[in-house]
Amino acid sequence: MTPAITADKLTKKFGDFTAVNQITFEVKKGEIFGFLGANGAGKTTAMRMLNGLSRPTAGQAEVAGFNVYRQAEKIKRHIGYMSQKFSLYEDLTVRENIRFYGGIYGLPGREIRRQEKELTASLGMEGYSNTLVKAIPLGWKQKLSFSIAIMHRPEIVFLDEPTGGVDPITRRQFWEMIYKAASEGMTVFVTTHYMDEAEYCGRVSIMVDGHIAALDTPRALKEQFGAESMNDVFLQLTRPNQ
Amino acid sequence: MSTNAIKVESASKRYGKGVVALDKVSFEVGQGELFGLIGPDGAGKTTLIRILATLLLADEGYAEVNGWEVRKDYRKIRRHIGYMPGRFSLYQDLSVEENLHFFATIFGTSIEENYDLIRDIYVQLEPFRKRKAGKLSGGMKQKLALSCALIHKPAVLLLDEPTTGVDAVSRQEFWEMLRKLKEKGIAILVSTPYMDEASLCERVALIQKGHILSIDEPKKIVSAFDKPLFAVRTNDMYRLIQDLRAFESTHSAFPFGENVHLALKNPIWPEAIQAYLAGKGHTDIEIHPAQATIEDAFMELMGQEEEVNQ
Repeated sequence: MTPAITADKLTKKFGDFTAVNQITFEVKKGEIFGFLGANGAGKTTAMRMLNGLSRPTAGQAEVAGFNVYRQAEKIKRHIGYMSQKFSLYEDLTVRENIRFYGGIYGLPGREIRRQEKELTASLGMEGYSNTLVKAIPLGWKQKLSFSIAIMHRPEIVFLDEPTGGVDPITRRQFWEMIYKAASEGMTVFVTTHYMDEAEYCGRVSIMVDGHIAALDTPRALKEQFGAESMNDVFLQLTRPNQ
Repeated sequence: MSTNAIKVESASKRYGKGVVALDKVSFEVGQGELFGLIGPDGAGKTTLIRILATLLLADEGYAEVNGWEVRKDYRKIRRHIGYMPGRFSLYQDLSVEENLHFFATIFGTSIEENYDLIRDIYVQLEPFRKRKAGKLSGGMKQKLALSCALIHKPAVLLLDEPTTGVDAVSRQEFWEMLRKLKEKGIAILVSTPYMDEASLCERVALIQKGHILSIDEPKKIVSAFDKPLFAVRTNDMYRLIQDLRAFESTHSAFPFGENVHLALKNPIWPEAIQAYLAGKGHTDIEIHPAQATIEDAFMELMGQEEEVNQ
């Protein structure tokens, strides 16, 4: 089976500054992969290259079977993206957001209407179709953004710090949606600097100063570093002298 | 007689018609105590801190800071608290040094006079002292905001989600700074949506939907979780959650990182769980007794709250 993502010595330089330094890794199909690093470690730059938004300086990468240099537009059509900061239009209603994104993804009207019904029912949001997104609770927003990000059944969905700020039950409901999508074969790529989100991933990589400093299952990393939590692993990697 | 650093009695606040931000909230923070307000977005943390900072009036109830009542003595309170709002609120176009100088002057003091208090924090900022505040990294902005909140040597610090949006390293450094400030006798009320930060406080209030679920030492909140708890994992996480919820002895089942935390209605042997899961076709089954965490406790309290409301 071809991996969902392969990166081989993928590099991005801005002038003299190397933001991403020869990163090499693979993400399997249906895997939940955590992509971790401190602020400024190069996560966003790496993710932008994988999303087809930024051209690498050197190295190779394929996403959903498409090459990041030659097939960037195809990549964009085969991935989903959700960020905690921005995903939905606050001044549009729930229905309008679903219809807007359905349209962007090129889904037929019938399919959009079907999903609107299914989505609001599965999220327990019946009766809120005409409510402005800014008026619904944060937990609903996050679940709705995720559902919308995978409306077009992408092969890979990229989640950028998805679960900050919600209560622990809502957060777990969100992770259950992710597990469900992954169990149906969708690949989930999570970037975050919150280490407790990392604990939920199948495997995680940790970026430090542009390179990948560690890559394994959370359990193996905790064993390797003799750490109680991913937070401890992370602190050991990023503050080795303390 | 020593007064509490903070005292809140039955404070309520509504916005508009429907939204109840705070519902009869009461708690106290002792002098020199490091007290955490732990809860998700929308729990009422910011409303509560703004009431104590005298930026907002409660609809009902009583609140005082350092013995001063928030309505009558708001001027005194403002002079003696350090307040760090959730959004970065310093002057982006002023340099690090200019911001600090500005706040010192406003409070009729100087950087030199109270330098002792901020030295540990400010030395990390010193290399950037000519840089505009807007150009600092998240962690550095947070350190500058804390320095500015401390420059007049406040008796009480009110910090609204200081660690939101900063990475694990900066978070750890920030909590180290808070511990040092606490040792200098400053009372600190700090809010956070990150449950794992509860253990860094002396006492915490868990807050949800404007209502305090529990107030205690973090250890005691966790030890009050009295259900038998197991960490369970198998080859199929998604199905595991569903199957455990359908199990007759299950009180609750929630994903916890690589495991599912299974709380039982009453004690049963792990072998019974093992047999049930094997019967459902799971493989690579691992079942271990688990220690409850603050999140287990929070979710249990949320569940109890809902039962009461129904």
